[in-house]
Amino acid sequence: MRPDIQRKLHVNTDLATAVLTAFIREEVEKAGFHRVILGLSGGIDSALAAYLAVRALGPQAVITVLLPYRTSSPASVRDAQAVVDDLGVTSLTVPITGPVDAYFATIDELLGSAAPPLRRGNRMARERMCTLYDLSAHFEALVLGTSNKTELLLGYGTQFGDMASALNPLGDLYKCQVRQLAAALGVPRSILEKPPSADLWADQTDERELGFTYDDADEVLYQLIDLRLSPADLVARGYDAAFVQRLVQRVARNQYKRKPPIIAKLSGRTIGVDFRYLRDWGL
Amino acid sequence: MTQHIRVALGQLRPALGDVAANVEKHLSWLEQARSGGADVVVFPELGLTGYQVQDLTLEVARPLDHPDILRLVQASRAVDVVFSFVEESPAHLYYVASVYAAGGEVQAVHRKVYLPTYGMFDEGRYFAAGRDFQPVTAKYGRAGMMICEDAWHVSSPYLLAMQGATWLLVPAASPARTVTEQEAFGSQAFWRQLLQVYAQLFGAYVVFVNRVGFEDGISFFGSSGVVAPTGEWVAEAPALTEALAWADVDPAAVRRARFTTPLLRDEKVDVLVRGLTRLMAGPAGEGRL
Repeated sequence: MRPDIQRKLHVNTDLATAVLTAFIREEVEKAGFHRVILGLSGGIDSALAAYLAVRALGPQAVITVLLPYRTSSPASVRDAQAVVDDLGVTSLTVPITGPVDAYFATIDELLGSAAPPLRRGNRMARERMCTLYDLSAHFEALVLGTSNKTELLLGYGTQFGDMASALNPLGDLYKCQVRQLAAALGVPRSILEKPPSADLWADQTDERELGFTYDDADEVLYQLIDLRLSPADLVARGYDAAFVQRLVQRVARNQYKRKPPIIAKLSGRTIGVDFRYLRDWGL
Repeated sequence: MTQHIRVALGQLRPALGDVAANVEKHLSWLEQARSGGADVVVFPELGLTGYQVQDLTLEVARPLDHPDILRLVQASRAVDVVFSFVEESPAHLYYVASVYAAGGEVQAVHRKVYLPTYGMFDEGRYFAAGRDFQPVTAKYGRAGMMICEDAWHVSSPYLLAMQGATWLLVPAASPARTVTEQEAFGSQAFWRQLLQVYAQLFGAYVVFVNRVGFEDGISFFGSSGVVAPTGEWVAEAPALTEALAWADVDPAAVRRARFTTPLLRDEKVDVLVRGLTRLMAGPAGEGRL
């Protein structure tokens, strides 16, 4: 990453922590809750979310859930457990192998073909979401989101799966900023240093699947989004035109994942169009 | 025999943010209009960009001398054309603009004065407001442009008519809303009444060209048309579907209407000016809204 961009992406971790912990505290209390619940994958994003939640609410108010599938790497489970141990939070392990395999046994037979990895991965992400939302009702705890800004922009997540949450403290942090904050908050070194992975199949890594590194993506995305530079500006700055174009297309194509479903306007007051209130209205 | 004026109404569906595709569509429809013998073809508001451009504004905005704009201007050698886009000024302000091009040259640019920023509309967030209404002299008469919401302010057609406009051209991107038991959308019913009143009040032809298509669930109702100075709709395009509609109009109808009902002749601009001057000079808040 170019030093000037790296400098701009450097985040004051004390300040960011102050904002994000206040955010979690206030949003949870405003909604009349006292607890949050989140899935721990063993990766850096959910770990950071857990550390922020504990700082905001205390360990007794944070429920973590490990949701391994049979192919999940044992290292992921170990890393998730390290977070649980370090933070002293309540933790449940709910394997999703049973429901996911049962579903695909049925659906593969019905469709007469085996689901490809992408469908299987999406189903796993949604199974985890279903479980978290059910436990959310049981524990009276709001679901904390763990999608960072890089993933949200790239659409590298499952709609109504890992992208679903009640509140998301990480959504405006690029991946490189997640790393900075995670290091500052004491996320275990093994998590900080391993390659990011959705862990949906053996040896999967995000960067191999995406075809570029998060650092490279952050460097370009920051300039496209935050600085509002055009793709042509970035090419003029020496970035690879094909890479820039790829990111631009991904960001635009995945806008649908970042929006609620569209409603056809019929009346004089349409939800989301000219029926406008903040979410806070009902709280 | 009376010389008729052939107006083509380009009720198209722009692709959001895809200026290149929209320019091509405009050019292709313009060619159809030309081959159909049109004297002028009018396209809807923001036909080159789509309506809810939001943060795309920075990408889709074009200065007047941009090659995309020049292509359409060049094409006006064959037929007069009114088209609309986001105009970037030399000072980098962004306007909802419509261009009247004829003979291969820009004859006039109208920058939308009234930017709706209420209810479902958010134009004031992204665009600068124009400050003037001035008609342009076309080969068939004086034509004044009002972009959509401009026409919902009675002073706009008044200013144009008092400057000699006999044609009111209204490129629009008006959403279909308020579906009730009535035949027309609520928004459409209001438009119809409004334009009929203007046509009769100002003794002018009103050319309304509204886009169609959906943007994030919001549809634009189309139903473009031409109202004669008698208040009659002499051409009507269908609702909700793309159409290049035609109107053959008799410009002498303006002459007859303005003789029969000489409202413009009797208009007392000095009364208006005195009233407005008094209102502007008065203490803030008193006698003003």
